[in-house]
Amino acid sequence: MTKPKSAKTKGSQEKSSTGATAGVLTAELARRAYRTMLEARLLEEKLAALYRSGKIVGGVFLGRGQEALSVSLGVHLRRGDIYAPLIRDQAGRLAFGDTILDTLRTYLGSSLGSMRGRDGNIHRGRPSEGYHAMISHLGAMVSTVCGSLVAKRFRGEKGTVGATCIGEGGTSTGSFHEGMNMAAVEKLPLVVVVANNQYSYSTPNDRQFACSDLLAKAAGYGVQGHRAVGNDLVDCLSVIGEAVAAARRGEGPQLVVADLLRLVGHGEHDDASYIPEALKKSPLGRDCLELAKQSLVEREWLSEEEAASWHKAVEKDVEETASKVLREPAPDPTEEDWNAFASLGRNH
Amino acid sequence: MSSITYLEAIRLAQQRALKEDPRVFIYGQDIGVFGGAFKATKNLAKEFPGRVLDAPISEDAMVGLAIGAAIEGMRPIVEMQFADFSTCGFNQIVNQAATLHYRTGTPCPIVVRLPSGGTPGSGPFHSQSMEAIYAHYPGLVVMTPATVEDAYTMMLEAVALEDPVIFCEHKFLYYHLKAEKLPKFPGEELPFGKARITRPGRDATVVAYSAMVHEALAAAEELTQDGYDIEVVDLRTVRPIDTDTILASVARTGRLLVVGEAWPWGGVAAEVVARVATEGFGLLDAPPQRLNAKETPVPYHPALWGTHRPTASSVANSLRQLLEL
Repeated sequence: MTKPKSAKTKGSQEKSSTGATAGVLTAELARRAYRTMLEARLLEEKLAALYRSGKIVGGVFLGRGQEALSVSLGVHLRRGDIYAPLIRDQAGRLAFGDTILDTLRTYLGSSLGSMRGRDGNIHRGRPSEGYHAMISHLGAMVSTVCGSLVAKRFRGEKGTVGATCIGEGGTSTGSFHEGMNMAAVEKLPLVVVVANNQYSYSTPNDRQFACSDLLAKAAGYGVQGHRAVGNDLVDCLSVIGEAVAAARRGEGPQLVVADLLRLVGHGEHDDASYIPEALKKSPLGRDCLELAKQSLVEREWLSEEEAASWHKAVEKDVEETASKVLREPAPDPTEEDWNAFASLGRNH
Repeated sequence: MSSITYLEAIRLAQQRALKEDPRVFIYGQDIGVFGGAFKATKNLAKEFPGRVLDAPISEDAMVGLAIGAAIEGMRPIVEMQFADFSTCGFNQIVNQAATLHYRTGTPCPIVVRLPSGGTPGSGPFHSQSMEAIYAHYPGLVVMTPATVEDAYTMMLEAVALEDPVIFCEHKFLYYHLKAEKLPKFPGEELPFGKARITRPGRDATVVAYSAMVHEALAAAEELTQDGYDIEVVDLRTVRPIDTDTILASVARTGRLLVVGEAWPWGGVAAEVVARVATEGFGLLDAPPQRLNAKETPVPYHPALWGTHRPTASSVANSLRQLLEL
């Protein structure tokens, strides 16, 4: 686990998570974020159940405990922006415009889904709509988002941003480094959110990196750094809101680092027994969804009754959508166009 | 009239692509004001401000950037300084670019230029021929032009294609090959993906591509002294591969030698032999043969390098053996 430490060094300005963002955070935004977190949580609980009942083949990778951070990026993006989510970004994806329907279709391999059974689970997107479909190789999406931003620059589009997420383990890759450095050289409006959830699969941080604070990397790349409290929705909304706004203003790449804990295994096959009980019981292990509700209720932005009715409505939506998708056709290998080329026929 | 080199043809094709298509930009190391390690982009940064961009030494991110730009409708050309360094961008090429269209339905029209093949003194890390590795992956088009005219027209075709193209341009041919004029339009002589019968013959077929076409032609010339008439087929693109032209040639000659500068194991020559053996076994009068580089890293010293790769003389020897089988 990294110790919070100031990363204010040359080339990097760590933004405070309080005060600077009054204009960004509104009750409406927080309510939308909370509702989307709820959708992500309940949808993922359904995915886990479908996995356990053998309906989903392959992996199921959940973002439980990371919804606040994830959604905070998604809600600050808008049409025309570029978004390359990663493995634990169900909440951010839904906020960006992905749907419960397409998530279920992709996990269940429906031929009607955006990936048509050709790819599954978290590997979904609609690249032509600015929603990149991750590959499994960590760090690879940083530079593709850069490329889409370069295209927008060529076209003279202003005010759009690109964003991607990664875990602390992904920051060890060469791709992450190359992409961050390239974004900085090109001064691109890129926001990279690092979810430091303390374990890359089972590997603890002291076997992953030796710097005392991942945010120190911002200075190394010459980009602005921001720290968020990863399980605090209001803080994440404020900090990421400011990071996205800074990128939109033309201040170049923004690196956000948030400490948190994933409250599930790496995938549903993993019981996460390597995470010590003490850490789970520490403030880091507190459930962001529960904290978000408390926080919104305290601010009188949401009532307990409303939260309960949202819960019920989302649960119903998820159940009905799952029932529908379970009846949808699987891809037919005899009908499949076995051709990887866009401009050539088969057998090339 | 001044003649045009293979290298200049590539530069001129890029210049034309930049001029005719506002979606085109070029990204690579030292390609801006400096004009590239081989000067394949000489003066282009000046002529097209902001569209010929120097990249950091980050092959992975260079290809990633091209992919992201292509998704947004651009037509990027990435220059690898040497084909050998494309291994550092391998992941983006084979896992992102090659899979994108099949996975998502979004095409990935990027061109990755690979200055390929050996030249004397270049050694293990500036001499490699990578075409077989990329051709292995469904979704990648792999071009291997052997002539000045093809270098020009195939570069234009590469930019126009909706698919990612690995453009293997041979460094040995950069200055050695010259043409008096260039074709006006791609596809005038042969459509994309079609092999060329460079030299018609009746006694044996040599299938080659890139620099090896010229070694094969010289060998064929040498064998005329023995009274043999050798057919030379230039693949032009190794993926797609023009099996029809190869089989038609073997049908005429009954004998096949495939020559590749790359290593034999799982390579393009092996693929051609496999295709002819499975689809045209009855056409063969003798077992199909292949000649490739020796199975070591590409050596530095010209004396070693000259023996490591197939040459006109080793191709001629292989042909003589084939003709006696």
